[in-house]
Amino acid sequence: MAERAGCETTRHDRLVEALAGGLEPVRPLPAPGIRTAVWLGAALLAGLLLVAEAGMTGFMLRMHVPDLALAAIGAVLTAITAAYAAFATSVPGRSGRWALLPLPPLALWIGASGLGCLREWIAPGTDLPGAHTVTDCFSFLICASVPLSVLIVMMLRRACPLRPNLTAALGGLAVSAAAAALLMPVHPHDATATDLLMHAAAVAIVIAVNGLAGGRLLAPSSRAEPV
Amino acid sequence: MILAVQAGFATCGWSLAPGSEAGQDAARAGGRNGGGARMVLEEELAGLMASAQRGDAAAYRALLKACLPVVSAIARSQGVRGEAVDDVVQDTLMTVHRARASYDPDRPFMPWLRAITQRRAIDRLRRSGRRPREVNDPLAYEAEVDPGPAPGQSLEARDRAAALARAVASLPDGQRQAVEQLGLRELSLDEAAALTGRSKGALKVNLHRALKALRTSLTREAE
Repeated sequence: MAERAGCETTRHDRLVEALAGGLEPVRPLPAPGIRTAVWLGAALLAGLLLVAEAGMTGFMLRMHVPDLALAAIGAVLTAITAAYAAFATSVPGRSGRWALLPLPPLALWIGASGLGCLREWIAPGTDLPGAHTVTDCFSFLICASVPLSVLIVMMLRRACPLRPNLTAALGGLAVSAAAAALLMPVHPHDATATDLLMHAAAVAIVIAVNGLAGGRLLAPSSRAEPV
Repeated sequence: MILAVQAGFATCGWSLAPGSEAGQDAARAGGRNGGGARMVLEEELAGLMASAQRGDAAAYRALLKACLPVVSAIARSQGVRGEAVDDVVQDTLMTVHRARASYDPDRPFMPWLRAITQRRAIDRLRRSGRRPREVNDPLAYEAEVDPGPAPGQSLEARDRAAALARAVASLPDGQRQAVEQLGLRELSLDEAAALTGRSKGALKVNLHRALKALRTSLTREAE
């Protein structure tokens, strides 16, 4: 027993010496709030470019419709809170309860979007999108999600997510909410059930892909090899 | 510094397994002055980690060594047992190294370390849980290695010790003294000579003869 204890002490000492011997200075990661702001800044930049391209007129008109405005607010708040939760859970020692933060705005986003399903009934004669435009929206959501996903995964990898799947799923939620918010300035029509279904599918795909692939990307790249 | 830090862990009851008698003693002691000691310890560890982030290898070495007993205790509290505790210690040190940039020097160090250790302990338990133990195939079940001591192992050890004690006691006085002082108490020749009043040469000869006699008597007994 004493021999084994001595052996383990030597093994740990060897690892300590190896780690301390190869030590390089590192810059402490900025706080989750700052990292969230950086990521949201990139999304905002893309949003400003889209507004410059598509103009504000249609967007402002749609924002006068209560449920569309609420859905937009919900999507933006979901993006902000989910991004913060993703960055917070990527730091060891931070509570996993941060994952609950995006739930209220998510409920607002889903609830307000769900009202759109009733639009045909409560507001007949609304400009309904055809199958072609719905596919365009779907493509837009997916295309906007890819660069935002790459950016958030790169930023999350700099920390040490101990719950990689949870962190990646929160990142996916932030990305899909931001993509949905980015779609609003260029959305050419009001929402319908089909449109919402496509949105939900795109959001689910983005969250699932981030959760599955991102979880693997955020997990430790190699299992710690005992020395 | 290391000693001070380790003493601090002991005071706070972190280096000992919860539920152990020593752990409860330490916890009682910690209850009296643990709050202050814990604060000092937190500050020391946070300071060491901040220095390590700036590239101070000596501070990093001191920090990692101070973390060893804490990590072991946390791993045990998670249900990790035996050699797996050392694997968790190794995994945790590697993760601490990889994730050292994620530590915020303005925040306490222990929650950061505890979160990493608990996660690595859970990973280890999951890995060992995934390893299948065959119970339906009698041959495979019989071939499964039992990490614990074999049944009767302590009885055998006690019998062997008793047989050796009997064999030593049956030696002539000179030979018995040589075995006891040189072989069992591991004294030097000079010390044994001073203690027994015999010359070093006599002791050597007696030891040689005693070992030969013991070999003969123990071999005969084993047969």
